Amino acid sequence: MDKVAIIGVGQTRYERGNTKSFAELVYEVTRKALDDAGLELDNIDNVVTTTNDFYDGRTIACMAVAEASGSYGRDATNVEGDGTLSAFYGLMRTLSGVYDATIVTTHCKMSEGNPRKLFNQAFDPIYDRILGMDAISSSALQARAYMDRYGVTEEQCAMVSVKNHANARNNPYAHVALEITIDDVMKSPMLAEPIKRLDISPISDGACAIILATEERARKSAKKPVWVRGVAHCTDAYRLGERDLTYSAALETAAKKAYKMAGIRNPFKQIDVAEVYDAFSYMELMWYEGLGFCDRGKGGKLVESGKTQMGGELPVNPSGGVLSAHPVQVAGLARIAEAVLQLRGEAGGRQVPGAKTALAHGITGICGQTHCVWVLSNEEA
Amino acid sequence: MGTRTAIVGVGQTYHTSKRKDVNGQELINEAVRRALEDADLTLKDIDAIVIGNMDHFEAINCVDCWSVDGSGAFMKPIMKVTTGGSTGGTLGSCAYYHVASGLFDVVMAIGWEKNSESDTQAAISTCADPILERDFFGGAIGPNAAEYAMYMKQYGASEEDAAMVAVRDHNNALNNPYAHLRKHITVEDVMNSPVLCWPIKLLDSCPRSDGACAVIYAAEGRAEKIASRPAWVHASAVSHDYVYFGDYDWEAMPTLEATASRVYKRAGIVNPLKEIDVMELYLPFSTCGVIWMEHMWVCGRGESPRLIREGVFDMDGELPVNPSGGVLSTNPIGATALIRIGEAALQIMNKAGSRQVPNVNTAMATAFGSCYWFEATILRSGKP
Repeated sequence: MDKVAIIGVGQTRYERGNTKSFAELVYEVTRKALDDAGLELDNIDNVVTTTNDFYDGRTIACMAVAEASGSYGRDATNVEGDGTLSAFYGLMRTLSGVYDATIVTTHCKMSEGNPRKLFNQAFDPIYDRILGMDAISSSALQARAYMDRYGVTEEQCAMVSVKNHANARNNPYAHVALEITIDDVMKSPMLAEPIKRLDISPISDGACAIILATEERARKSAKKPVWVRGVAHCTDAYRLGERDLTYSAALETAAKKAYKMAGIRNPFKQIDVAEVYDAFSYMELMWYEGLGFCDRGKGGKLVESGKTQMGGELPVNPSGGVLSAHPVQVAGLARIAEAVLQLRGEAGGRQVPGAKTALAHGITGICGQTHCVWVLSNEEA
Repeated sequence: MGTRTAIVGVGQTYHTSKRKDVNGQELINEAVRRALEDADLTLKDIDAIVIGNMDHFEAINCVDCWSVDGSGAFMKPIMKVTTGGSTGGTLGSCAYYHVASGLFDVVMAIGWEKNSESDTQAAISTCADPILERDFFGGAIGPNAAEYAMYMKQYGASEEDAAMVAVRDHNNALNNPYAHLRKHITVEDVMNSPVLCWPIKLLDSCPRSDGACAVIYAAEGRAEKIASRPAWVHASAVSHDYVYFGDYDWEAMPTLEATASRVYKRAGIVNPLKEIDVMELYLPFSTCGVIWMEHMWVCGRGESPRLIREGVFDMDGELPVNPSGGVLSTNPIGATALIRIGEAALQIMNKAGSRQVPNVNTAMATAFGSCYWFEATILRSGKP
């Protein structure tokens, strides 16, 4: 892969009930990313937006953010899915040799919709929707299967919630920052056994944008470039009954491919900071395993060891992760943006000192059907 | 600077207004199997998949995830792209960039739609701004009708000029075994068909179809081994207009002009009428087949009706347009523009059967949708 760098990032503060329109949200982050990169729109020749007609409540939802993302008069395209996939497509367009600088945007105003009904629409229309399946109920099945197989405990899941909500206190963009204990999580209201109120991510509005550039363009940028060292995505089976819900083979496949590109043999040692898509607390433990941070079934032990806390060997989700802000389709791109801030040493109170290699991870679909893994570094290949 | 990329396989379903014999995944699979068969490949050879449709036509969220049983994406990379009517063009360029990036060798694009499961025009109407424009945006037909009414007034064109385009496309469809509408028609038939939104009549208008299309792209090195005559991608371009329909300049068509100019420049084309051998154009209404030729720089302003009357765009003319029968004969929306690319590729590959134009070396395909979002692709028999 030729060298491509991320040279600009922009995020809104994540909150519920943001009164800005889709276009205003996207304009805010487009402007921030351009300012961050020290660029004007004239320097951008390619735009990738991210929309979803269900979440946005309009058909051809990309129309609503076209001007705000700066795509008028430029080559543009639109991805539906997590922002890590939009960024991946932006990377491919940048690598094609046709474009110099690509802006990737994504937005979410889930507060205007009914998330349970919208996620229900992702289930099989004949067999599953009628059961009222949604993100929480399906994830509860996955959490139960995972815990049952490997003996992971509810307390270990709660530790993820305590860690990430505490980390969020250092992140000015976070939606839900809390000082809580394992006991608080355990006593929070049961939503779908074994998932409790404090095990789940909030419904957040917000937007994020990044700018990808060719090597030549990146060398002229205002900020130190963050180089894309490896990236891959992979999709598992659709129906929950056809998947091994207790282990994500798709994540393992994507991670191995990204690691191979990046020359990473021992991810736990070689990665300095990771931002993973913890939509539910148990997910972070499962993703540790799929990402090869620990052996299968050992995610609970890993969080218990404290090695993934701030100050640990491999801090995971210094930003507070998705548990502290969950703008759907934005959350994966926000992981990339946070990884970039870490590698520039600009992550403020949530900075992992001396981070050189960072991992960002996104998911799409029910119970993490699709995974996308990014390895970024402030050092060139 | 980018891996050279070619189309090596094309597959499409049969199309009709209601494909009650298959569900969505089965419909997708029908196109996938045909594309694999066409390229003599198996699913194992496919490194990545891109898929697209319009969400509100089938009401399935996360189609990339749901479609795995049909697309064959199990334990493979798949992503979804969508831009309304132009989705098929967006899909083709997405697969092209997958390969051109050097990250994937063989990539399949899949477009599909089961329009029969939706109220198409009602779903399209929700693309307009919910506060300012949705109440009076009556679906896709109004803007194109207004566009041709203005054109007729400005250049003295007639309803018959558009009808001749309808006759051309519909009658070309008689040579296409995959086409949805296959019936011989005359200019009188078009003129006597019911007015939908003046000056557009029923036979000037595209149908809505159930169907799917899959197109396989491969990198230089693989492509020549897969296909004896691959269709090389020389350029892809896109541009779109403003968000609010009220902001458009309906007579200038700046986005089609920008897309055409950009794709010609990238492919080194100076005179499209002379240098392009066949075009598969996304013409949702026959009226577009009059006006848009000018904005694609095929001829000067107001000259299109004369060229149409002279038969320049007929099968035996200088620049045959829509040998397949085009959108007027087949329109599974998320697949429609990918079919244009697939048909253009078949012409280059010399596999278009009885709709084959002789000696095609350069072909152009376009896509149209959303906020006057135009995409264009130039394919050639020679490498870029």
